[in-house]
Amino acid sequence: MREPYPASQQDPGFSIEALESLLLALLAITAAALLFGAFLALQGHDALAVYRTLYLGAFGTRFSLESTLTQAAPLLLTALCTLIPARIGLLVIGAEGAVVMGGLGAALAGVALSDAPGAIGTVLTIATGALAGGLWIGAAGALKHFRGVNETISTLLLNYIAIALLNHLVSGPIRDFSQTLKAQSWSIPKSFMIGNIPGYSVHWGLLIGLVVCAVLHLVLRHTTLGFAMDILGGNRRAAQMTGLPIGRLVLFACFLGGAAAGLAGAIEVVAVHGAASESLVVGLGYAGILVAFLARQNPLAVVVVALVLGGISASGGLLQRRFDIPHAATTVLQGLIFLSVLASGTFRGRLLPRRNAP
Amino acid sequence: MTGTFDLGWWGVLLAVVAGAIRVSTPYLLVSLGETLTEKSGRVNLGLEGTLVFGAMSAFATCYLTGSPWLGMLAAGVAGSALGLLHAAICNLPRVNDVAVGIALFIFGIGLAFFLGKPFIEPRAPMLPGLPLGNWSSNPAVRSAFEVSPMFFFGIVLAIVLEWSLKHTRWGLILRIAGESADAARAIGLRINRIRTLATMAGGFLSGLGGGFLSLYYPGNWNEGLSSGQGLMAIALVIFARWSPMRCFYASLLFGGTAAIGPAVQTIGITEGYYLFYAAPYVLTLGLLIYSSSPTRTLAGAPAELSISR
Repeated sequence: MREPYPASQQDPGFSIEALESLLLALLAITAAALLFGAFLALQGHDALAVYRTLYLGAFGTRFSLESTLTQAAPLLLTALCTLIPARIGLLVIGAEGAVVMGGLGAALAGVALSDAPGAIGTVLTIATGALAGGLWIGAAGALKHFRGVNETISTLLLNYIAIALLNHLVSGPIRDFSQTLKAQSWSIPKSFMIGNIPGYSVHWGLLIGLVVCAVLHLVLRHTTLGFAMDILGGNRRAAQMTGLPIGRLVLFACFLGGAAAGLAGAIEVVAVHGAASESLVVGLGYAGILVAFLARQNPLAVVVVALVLGGISASGGLLQRRFDIPHAATTVLQGLIFLSVLASGTFRGRLLPRRNAP
Repeated sequence: MTGTFDLGWWGVLLAVVAGAIRVSTPYLLVSLGETLTEKSGRVNLGLEGTLVFGAMSAFATCYLTGSPWLGMLAAGVAGSALGLLHAAICNLPRVNDVAVGIALFIFGIGLAFFLGKPFIEPRAPMLPGLPLGNWSSNPAVRSAFEVSPMFFFGIVLAIVLEWSLKHTRWGLILRIAGESADAARAIGLRINRIRTLATMAGGFLSGLGGGFLSLYYPGNWNEGLSSGQGLMAIALVIFARWSPMRCFYASLLFGGTAAIGPAVQTIGITEGYYLFYAAPYVLTLGLLIYSSSPTRTLAGAPAELSISR
């Protein structure tokens, strides 16, 4: 009944398209790794030794694996802020702002509900954060649909507006003046904090991220909603002709994407910081864009990519200690991978022969 | 014996004017560069990375050679190198220029922080300013009117670009490439080459904008040097509707609003300090909402632009 549309939607594993995607990704990452190796060699470093350490720092020990998972957890969610709207053909880059709004919403809800029992308080706190992020990006979706405002630009602007709002609020109106070291909001009750997964030093946010990615995969792949989104993303005209509710899909996709990033911000608050502060603005949103693109807008691939990028980030400290390489080396490597993956997209459909080639 | 305090509200006005001139210069340079790039039909969203990389290159070169002007040249060259990288990747078929811009943003910042690590501590000679306030005996006035030559360079460039986009052969070629790739191809223009040159020119100017940050105002190199001027400038180009002269006015406006916060702080008003930072962004968003329409593209936008379709 369902048309095999678009190509990337076919069952993974055995289709030529999936094989090609995998090959392209491997080629692109190899190219980036070679370039980065050459760059390190030019700086007088032993590239092979650096890579070995990078692996050790990312996945080599239990400690490094845990820190990789911690780094990856928020990326699972911030990537979705770009991924979900991208499925209907929108390029949203507002995860950074949605994380901030999510964190702010969670902190405010946590403080307001401080009399509530622990579990209910936690759930409501997190939900408020997701709602705040969803409304934030949903507003960009509304502007897109009702006024034709370009969503890429509006979400870029909303990032800065959200950050300014956060700085304004935590520097005065909701500032906890008992914290003298750092401007931060009032803290949420200790009983609302979600701890680590028992036996590991990784917080529950990781599991939430994994579940959300898995559920999203099912929704996008196996429901009419996901199918409708694919039609809209593939061909807007076709979507109009079939009478799809385009406006509602645009608003919904933007809301959902923003809610995912808002959830990431809320989890940062309830699992790590306990309050809203500038610690929410550490590039989680921008890294999420990278993850979404490397995963080619596929929620299951997001899990793999987030782990790899989380690993690269996590190994930065070890690289710095052992080779005296600046921490920014990991950013250079991520940038190179991003660039080469995008460039590799030009070979899509030309790398492997098609069964039913035109 | 006159200082800022004695000037009261006049001091605030003076600080806003001085701030507008200082803060607007990098906005102006980057937005002129992005206007050129976008006129050719491409968006380079990575100018923030270019700006920071330019700032680092300028500072490092100036520190090593002792010449701030050589530093500015290095900033421009570094910026156009990143522009070339953006263009080279976007010249490949079926590559999204907005995404490449975001990648370049990450790459440029990483590269700048990596290579710039040894230059965070040292001091380097600064670009000289033109002492236009010497007529006054008030030190606040004198320092307010010490204007960088780069500001005047930016004004002249805006005028020249405004005129040449309309009246010269290359201006026309650039606009054709941005308005209709098919028309450009039909008359035998090489679109990829035009866009590559336009992106490199945009990178050069963004690099200069970064050089201004590290060698004039605030005048040092560290990892928090740019507060998003490169991204802001992209919004500014839209605010200015792709016109170089309007880029100039918009830069002054944005520079002025950014200067209001610190200026009113000097007379003891600290409330809402951070909200002033958001003013340019809110202004741009407001203008976008006002001037966009779901049925047609933004007036003045090059038709080939991915963000105006």
